[in-house]
Amino acid sequence: MALLEVSNLDVRFALRQGEVRALRDVSFTLDRGERLGIVGESGAGKSVAAFTLLNLIAKPGYIAGGSIRFEGSDLARMSSRELRRVRGNRISMIFQDPMMTLNPVLSIGEQMVESLKAHRRISTQEARAIALHKLKQVYIPSPETRLDQYPHELSGGMRQRIIIAIALLLDPDIIVADEPTTALDVTIQAEIMTLLRELCEKHNVGLVLITHDLGVVSQMTQRTLVMYAGRVIEQGPTREIINDAQHPYTQGLLNALPQMTTPGSRLNQIPGSMPSLSNTPSGCAFHPRCQYRYDATGQPRRDCLDQVPEFVTSGNCQVACHMVRDMLAKEAS
Amino acid sequence: MTTTTTTPSRWKRFRNSYLVYSFKRDWIAQCCLAIFLCLLLGAICAPWLAPMNPYDLTQISILDSELPPMWIDGADPLFPLGTDAQGRDLLSTILYGARVSLIIGFGAVILQAVIGVTVGLLAGYLGGRIDAFLMRLADIQLSFSTLMVAIIVGAVIKAIFGGATYSAYAVWLLVLIIGLAEWPQYARTVRASVLAERSKEYVDAARVMGYRDRRIMFRHILPNTLSPIFVISTVQIANAIISEAALSFLGLGMPETQPSLGSLIKSGFDYLQSGSWWITLIPGTVLVVLVLVVNLLGDWLRDVMNPRLYKG
Amino acid sequence: MIAFLIKRLMHALVVMFVISVISFAIQSNLGDPIQQMVGQSVPESERAELREELGLNDPFLVQYARFAANAVQGDFGYSYFFNEPTTDVILRHLPATLELVIATTLIIVLLSVPIGVYCAIRPRSALSRLFMSVSIVGISIPVFLTAIMLIQIFAIGVDFSPFPADTGWGQWLNGALSTEGGMPSYGRGNDLTHLFGTWDSNFFSLEGLTYLVLPSLSLASIMLPLFIRLIRAEMLEVLQSEYVKFATAKGISRKRIYFVHALKNTMLPVITVGGVQLGTMVAYTILTETVFQWPGMGLMFLEAIQRSDIPLIVTYLMIVGLIFVITNTLVDLIYGLVNPTVKLTGKPA
Repeated sequence: MALLEVSNLDVRFALRQGEVRALRDVSFTLDRGERLGIVGESGAGKSVAAFTLLNLIAKPGYIAGGSIRFEGSDLARMSSRELRRVRGNRISMIFQDPMMTLNPVLSIGEQMVESLKAHRRISTQEARAIALHKLKQVYIPSPETRLDQYPHELSGGMRQRIIIAIALLLDPDIIVADEPTTALDVTIQAEIMTLLRELCEKHNVGLVLITHDLGVVSQMTQRTLVMYAGRVIEQGPTREIINDAQHPYTQGLLNALPQMTTPGSRLNQIPGSMPSLSNTPSGCAFHPRCQYRYDATGQPRRDCLDQVPEFVTSGNCQVACHMVRDMLAKEAS
Repeated sequence: MTTTTTTPSRWKRFRNSYLVYSFKRDWIAQCCLAIFLCLLLGAICAPWLAPMNPYDLTQISILDSELPPMWIDGADPLFPLGTDAQGRDLLSTILYGARVSLIIGFGAVILQAVIGVTVGLLAGYLGGRIDAFLMRLADIQLSFSTLMVAIIVGAVIKAIFGGATYSAYAVWLLVLIIGLAEWPQYARTVRASVLAERSKEYVDAARVMGYRDRRIMFRHILPNTLSPIFVISTVQIANAIISEAALSFLGLGMPETQPSLGSLIKSGFDYLQSGSWWITLIPGTVLVVLVLVVNLLGDWLRDVMNPRLYKG
Repeated sequence: MIAFLIKRLMHALVVMFVISVISFAIQSNLGDPIQQMVGQSVPESERAELREELGLNDPFLVQYARFAANAVQGDFGYSYFFNEPTTDVILRHLPATLELVIATTLIIVLLSVPIGVYCAIRPRSALSRLFMSVSIVGISIPVFLTAIMLIQIFAIGVDFSPFPADTGWGQWLNGALSTEGGMPSYGRGNDLTHLFGTWDSNFFSLEGLTYLVLPSLSLASIMLPLFIRLIRAEMLEVLQSEYVKFATAKGISRKRIYFVHALKNTMLPVITVGGVQLGTMVAYTILTETVFQWPGMGLMFLEAIQRSDIPLIVTYLMIVGLIFVITNTLVDLIYGLVNPTVKLTGKPA
């Protein structure tokens, strides 16, 4: 059995204008020590997915259906006390913007010690020793003095290292990292990513990495999940997806990477933009931007417009696309 | 009209705006506006609505003094809300008093707004030493609290002119006093939104195009600071009415011959112990209702115009 | 920290300078000491002599310098009415006002923090809605009117019997709607405990405390709703912040999130506003003391205005200004101690 098993997850936001469906029918698994990337443009529902993994969706959002099974028990149906035992202890999280994540009025030491004390019966001194050890693991210079410093005295990169140290404090099974480097300088981004990967490998920690950057995913993860408008549209081993993407959207994302473009020419953007979650197109949500939405005669394909595509298996990947399904059927026959 | 054929008219756009939409769905706001309009109408039409003119000494008889309201034994049906210690009909006096309170409230807010918006625009747009000086001035005045400043200014003015002259021009002096005491609220709000607006690109664009500072300030920045000004104006009207009442209660406001709601309350307070509670508590209730509906409208406006805030 | 302190002190000195200039301007334009000293009957030549002798013909700056030098030594001249040094008069009235302010502050702090926090944690509960509605009504009632209503209800008593008195339920309802009255509402009472100097205290006897109840309640009535609303609004905002979410993700208990993570950040702006509001409270003491005839500085100030006792008015201004400046500086210091971002930069980040 997989360590984490998400099935048919459905998350909605009850807003004044009506209900918005942020996640639809999202399913995936994560094994112990496995690193999974979740990719998509902004608005695809990646961050909602990350927060839902810890059942951190706040009102007006709620989990309308599906389950998040961690070691067999469902996080979506746990009491808040049981949840608290999992959060930060077995599954920990790294947030997007390190400048906002740490409490400005509590010292680094206090924020690390409280984490340890929330889950283990230990003295403050023991907790500080563990905190110090973890700060060393994330290569913080002069870690002893850091414990008594406040967040505003540290740079963004330094703060994100500390947040990684906090995530590692209780030797969790899984770390969920929600775009951990988007708020940082480009030069520091690579450092942080390398550190994260190194630590996950060394301690055999599972990683769910949320990012919009396929390049990062290819370096960091073993498996990849591509999301569009709240749905998973393609998933499989990272290498296969990078080398031989099936879904037109994934292909578009790959083509848009600067590495894929010959120097001097324009970047290959996907035309159009992500639909808002309150107004998702019918059928395959990607069809208005898809270059394969016409059939051989130049007519719009009815199935793309009307039916939500089912997953089909191509190699080790699962793809939700009518065009891919037809191609596979043709190959098979 | 050509405008109606091409784009919706102003009135239509207003009717379709979010402001009107949320007003239609909020019965508290509707009630408040209705009550406020009733009070306003009553105050404006006081000379025609009131059974008698409380300023006219020939209509008043001391024999009618301290009559209770009509639902209590011993009342005179001529005076539905009873009479005060001088024998004036309380209903008429309240209508006239509400008029005085509202005139002073609106007048003072207009004065505050003119001073405060000018100062705030100058401070925020010009920055530097002028900004530091003006804002330090506002800080000092605010730390002294507006009521305190109003009391001091009122006391000084009264000492300069003497009690009789002060009473004669009390309405305008009170507008002046409350206006001078409360401008920092506007100045701060306007300055804050000017600072936010100034860093935006359209201001740079206007400057690059060679517009003069004054034009940029009034034509480009001011319109964008209007919604906070609008929101605090409602609260400030409520504050000004309370300040006026407080000053009158302390004897620094309207004279008893030409009472506002505050001076009515004060004049009745002396008769509270003898059991004539209505002289104080009926004008008091009117004052509270007036201030409350204005405050609730202000609250509603802030919720609608600033969706970042939560509704409680 | 030292730089921060020096900056605050400089600021305080500037404020005191401004206040003293205003006070002096009032004094030199409105107060005619000759008139007060000798009366009408003295001939003009003698008056001129006296004027010269007192230095009233000196240039403005020289006169101001003399005023400031005397003020620093605590010499503000004589009260016209009491015919004794104004500082003595003020010192006699100061303790009553301070006790009123202390009692009110206690009420505000003890009630506003729990209620505000509760309203932020459970924004949709019926109790929160009730607190919020009552608070906006509270803001809309002028402090002197609250005082008058408290007097009517608790001191004079209300006899309100709209229900038939010959039935059991009618009697009970009438009883619930009427009050006995009898709470003291005039002055400080006689059972005061002498502490030191001019300080007699209401705090050490039950009777003394009952005299404090109505004045301090009405003084608190205007600030309490403001603070409840402020604490609630700030706390709601803090609870939306990323660091509170992160703390939840760390598995910290709700209690610790509310009272350590959120409350500390909530209190920072509340402390600043609190300092300003303390000044407002001193202004409101004028109103409360007038209604309750509480023999403090506020009542004394109002009487001084009615008697045109210029030296006493000016002294009151200077002393109240000094109190404001001291409390504001203290508030800034506390803010600096609570907020770690202040220490290094010298100003709030």
